[in-house]
Amino acid sequence: MTLDLKRFKDPALVKGLIETIHRLAPADGANIMEVCGTHTMAIARSGFRSVMPQGVKLLSGPGCPVCVTANHEIDTAIALSRCPNTIITTFGDMIRVPGSTSSLLKEKAAGADVRVVYSPLDALRVARENPASTVVFLGVGFETTTPLVAAAIKRAATEGLDNCCIFCAHKNVPNTLDVLVNDPQVRIDALILPGHVSTIIGVEPYRFLADKYGIPGVITGFEPVDVLQGIAMILQQLHDGRASIEIAYARGVMPQGNPTAVALMNEIFETCDANWRGLGMIPNSGYKLRPAFARFDAVERLQPQVEPTKEPKGCSCGTILRGAMTPEECKLFGRACTPEHPVGPCMVSSEGSCAAYYKYRRV
Amino acid sequence: MASAFEPNASTVLLAHGSGGTMMKRIIDEVFYSIYGGEILLKGDDAACLPAPAPGERLAFSTDSFVVTPHFFPGGDIGRLAVCGTVNDVATSGAKPLYLSCGFILEEGFPLSDLRRICESMAAAAKEAGVQIVTGDTKVVNRGHGDGVFINTSGVGVIPAGRELSGANCQPGDVVLVSGAIGDHGIAIISTREDLAFQTSIQSDAAPLNQLIANVCKAAPHVRCFRDPTRGGMASTCNEIAQQSGVDIHIQEDAVPVHEQVMGACDMLGYDVFQVANEGKMICVVPADEAQAALAAMQASPYGQEAAIVGEVREGTGKAFLRTAFGAVRVLDMLVGEQLPRIC
Repeated sequence: MTLDLKRFKDPALVKGLIETIHRLAPADGANIMEVCGTHTMAIARSGFRSVMPQGVKLLSGPGCPVCVTANHEIDTAIALSRCPNTIITTFGDMIRVPGSTSSLLKEKAAGADVRVVYSPLDALRVARENPASTVVFLGVGFETTTPLVAAAIKRAATEGLDNCCIFCAHKNVPNTLDVLVNDPQVRIDALILPGHVSTIIGVEPYRFLADKYGIPGVITGFEPVDVLQGIAMILQQLHDGRASIEIAYARGVMPQGNPTAVALMNEIFETCDANWRGLGMIPNSGYKLRPAFARFDAVERLQPQVEPTKEPKGCSCGTILRGAMTPEECKLFGRACTPEHPVGPCMVSSEGSCAAYYKYRRV
Repeated sequence: MASAFEPNASTVLLAHGSGGTMMKRIIDEVFYSIYGGEILLKGDDAACLPAPAPGERLAFSTDSFVVTPHFFPGGDIGRLAVCGTVNDVATSGAKPLYLSCGFILEEGFPLSDLRRICESMAAAAKEAGVQIVTGDTKVVNRGHGDGVFINTSGVGVIPAGRELSGANCQPGDVVLVSGAIGDHGIAIISTREDLAFQTSIQSDAAPLNQLIANVCKAAPHVRCFRDPTRGGMASTCNEIAQQSGVDIHIQEDAVPVHEQVMGACDMLGYDVFQVANEGKMICVVPADEAQAALAAMQASPYGQEAAIVGEVREGTGKAFLRTAFGAVRVLDMLVGEQLPRIC
């Protein structure tokens, strides 16, 4: 199937949807949070914040997988790169993110073997080609990437590929939403739910938002028309006084998700408590390897010496990740903290809220 | 493993850079036989070139090429090394004439690959109408290079009275691009060994001296050309704006981008305006010559997708992008390197 993506950027459709949004906007406004970094970028890129009706605010949540990775985890990845005879394979976003005193980019310049890959399966290839080295894949990301890592581990186990392992810092979205909607500092009226995470997990894990809290959620895609369609559907629900989880991204998401991917993820991983930057420890919001696959745990295998954690001074990334502050409200934003001299991860990662606000700042 | 004295070595050996018989052999059998040309074959240490006529000026530029992989869809490091320098010289409005070519080879580099690169350089030079007139070869120990590094320098002659510069742009001028952006960068990234995704995108590496000559003829008051290589169109627009002390406004949906490139950028999280090109020109002309310049580009084999994409306004040296939805945002220069994102 080929898809004409131009349709999803069509200025006439965009204009019509913006009109619908204005027509449906509640008199007392609405705080709508997006919890996917790609949505953050898409909204910033198209400048949609500025065309929202008075009182309708689009808040950016903890949607950037790199940004929510706690400093201790970044430091652990850096410590792993310092282990002798070790090759680090990682998605590109991770390598610039500063830890307490270093970054993978700095370690690479100092001699560490750090390689950017696009898929965890590429890490297996690196492992096959370098049998005398230990190849570590940095497992960071939400349900979009976790099944891929699960598939890679399963294959490594089947092949008997013993020189590869993962650093597991995966996180899941729904349990974190539970914390976010209960944050007394941030009023969330509705949620734009992530497209690709939902491709995997479907609608069910979000039901509690509508059923327990009466908060509408719409799963949507990343083109301008997708995003606006999602917002319009949210406002329609608020207008009608109902709350349910709807899909505005039928070309990418089925209500049941992808059961095969979920089964694979659950075969390899089990949930555990996870530490989120800005949100702290959230029960059952992370993944760890099940005992049968624990031999693929890089930290267990390599026992890296992790330095004491230091948080960057004056950085508000944690508050920004909860939606309690916009990047522009941070006193470092655009002054002490720019993409060239980033203070916190939200300015570094391509999907970070601060990077998105900075890159697509308006005139 | 062939010894250093092996006359029929199949890979580059340290002796190929030693100044002795092995070096003479590689010069004769590879460089001379493939490049040819009267000036090079004279074999002197310096190429002696005719001086320009009174009123004409020389344009001189140099560039080094370190790309991996060495062969990629639509080109190779050799074609890049010729086109890159030819295009840099041509941006001044010069007719590029002569190239130098310095090779830094890593011990163990396959001679068959070296021949292939040289043949590609010879073909690109022929296409551009330039001669490789002098060269140098060094060999470094295995592990101290990335197979092959190439430096080329180029000399061209600027006709009397032609003064192109990025500092010439004035409010009211029009910005053109000679074709779809982002092809080269995406073609390269798609072949990087640790980043296997498949596309049919080809590098756009091409000599653009003829296209530039055609535009100069059609638009005699053309202000400047600049090739948006590393840093892409975003860096080029910022550089020109700064040099001229003006603002450049680009209309996003006027800029040609191939669908596959857009798709790859969406997938990788890249900004297509920051992706490298090797066969594109940004050109600024007075408004009343814009249509003639566009027609001249479109009549050139490498300019069929050329478009008018923006305008120059009074300002302070910044570049802006107007989106299809009417929002205006800053078109920033690339910081560091573009890195593929997680999801």
